[in-house]
Amino acid sequence: MGKLDKFVQVGRVAFIANGADSGKVCAIAEIVDQNRVLIDGPCTGVRRQVCDMKRLHLTGFHLPLPHSSRTAVVRRKWLAAKLDERWTGTSWAKKLEARRLRASMTDFDRFRCARAKQIRNRIVSVAMGSLRKTSSAKLRKPNKKRHLRKA
Amino acid sequence: MAPKAQKKPQGKQMAKSSAPHKPKNSAINASRLMKYSRARIFQRKAAYKVKKVKTPAKKSAEKAAAAAAFVVKKIGGDKNGGERKVYKKTPKSLPTQVASRKVQLRPKKTFKKHVRRIRSNLAPGAVLILLAGRHKGKRVVLLKQLESGLLLVTGPRKLNGCPLRRVSQRYVIGTKTRIDISKVALPERLNDAYFRRQRSAKKSAASAGGSADIFAKSDAAYAVSAERREDQAAVDKALMGAIKASGDGPMLRSYLRSLFSIKSGQRPHAMVF
Repeated sequence: MGKLDKFVQVGRVAFIANGADSGKVCAIAEIVDQNRVLIDGPCTGVRRQVCDMKRLHLTGFHLPLPHSSRTAVVRRKWLAAKLDERWTGTSWAKKLEARRLRASMTDFDRFRCARAKQIRNRIVSVAMGSLRKTSSAKLRKPNKKRHLRKA
Repeated sequence: MAPKAQKKPQGKQMAKSSAPHKPKNSAINASRLMKYSRARIFQRKAAYKVKKVKTPAKKSAEKAAAAAAFVVKKIGGDKNGGERKVYKKTPKSLPTQVASRKVQLRPKKTFKKHVRRIRSNLAPGAVLILLAGRHKGKRVVLLKQLESGLLLVTGPRKLNGCPLRRVSQRYVIGTKTRIDISKVALPERLNDAYFRRQRSAKKSAASAGGSADIFAKSDAAYAVSAERREDQAAVDKALMGAIKASGDGPMLRSYLRSLFSIKSGQRPHAMVF
C-alpha cells in the first residue's frame, strides 16, 4: 500500500473516471456522506453536481477551498493555483493524452509510426554495431601475446 | 355572387406567366397523410370553377379497326351468327377464362432502378483496404462509384499491382486518408460494360442452341486488351502525379505499396482507419 496522503477533503482535485464527464478533473466542494461528494469543475467543464466516490480518482492536488464554496469561488481558486497547467504537466495526464492519440491514429498514421520506428531502430542498431566493433577491437588487443604463444 | 365570379378568371385560362406557385397541399408525415382532404383541396383550389374540357376522340373508326387484333369476317350458313372474329396473329395462348390480374400495389423494382447508396466515408480519392479477392490486403485508391453501385479502384498498378478494377463496397474498409484526384481525368469509357466479364461467343451460342460440340475446348486464357493497358497507363500517370502533389508523397507511396494486416493485440472494432 502506497502513501496515504490523498484525502477525500474539500478542495481535493479529483479525476472523473467514468460517466459523461470522464477524463476531466474537478474539485471537491463539499462532502455529502461516506460515499458521495459535491464536485465542481468550472474551468474544466464539469457541472456542479453530487458524485459517487467510486467514480473519482483522487489526484495529488489540493485547493485551499472553504467548504460549500460556490462555483465562482472554485473558479477563482482554480485559476489562481494554475491547476490546468499543473494537471497537464503530470505524467498521469501525459499518459492519458498519449493513449488518446494512439487510439485516434488512422491506418496511415500507424504505418508512418511503424516506419519511423523502423528508421530509428536501424540508426540505433547501426550505431550499436559500430560501437560493438570498436569495443571488441579494444578487448582483443591484450590477447595478442596469448596468440603468439600458441603459434 | 355574380361580381365575384366575373372577377376571377376561369381555371384553364389562368395567366401562364405566373411563376410555379407552392403546392396547396402538403404531406404531414412520412406516410404521405395529406394536410387537406380531397374535398377541402377542391375548395381551396376553387376547382368548382374549372370547366371540364372534352377531349375529342383520338382514333377514327378505321384506325381502330386496323389496330384491333382480329378481323370480323362474314361466314355463310344459317343459325351460326353470320360472322366470326378471326385473329390476325394467333396469340400464344387463348385463355378460356379471364385471368384475374393481381393488383400491383407497389410495382417490382428492376435492378436498374435500384437506389445505389455509398458509405459516407467513401469519397473519390479515398484510400481503401481491400478485404477479399485476389488483391486482399492491398491499399488502393477509390476513383468513383459506377452506375451499378460498384466502386472503381486502382492500385495504382505501378505501386501494388492492383489494376483498374471494380470492387464491392462491402469488402472494403474506407480509411480516412484522402488523395486529391480532382485533376485526375478518368477516361469516359470506364463504365460497367467495360469491366463486364466477356463470355466466349461460341459457348453462349451453344448453351442457347443446345446442340454443340460439348468437347470443344474453351478458348485461350484471358489476355489484357490494348485499351485496358492504355487506360491503366493514363490513369496511373495522373494518379502518381496527384500522389506526388499531396503532402507526404514518398510516405504515401510506400503506404500504398504495403499490405494491411491485423497484428496481435489490435482490435478492429476499436481502431480508427
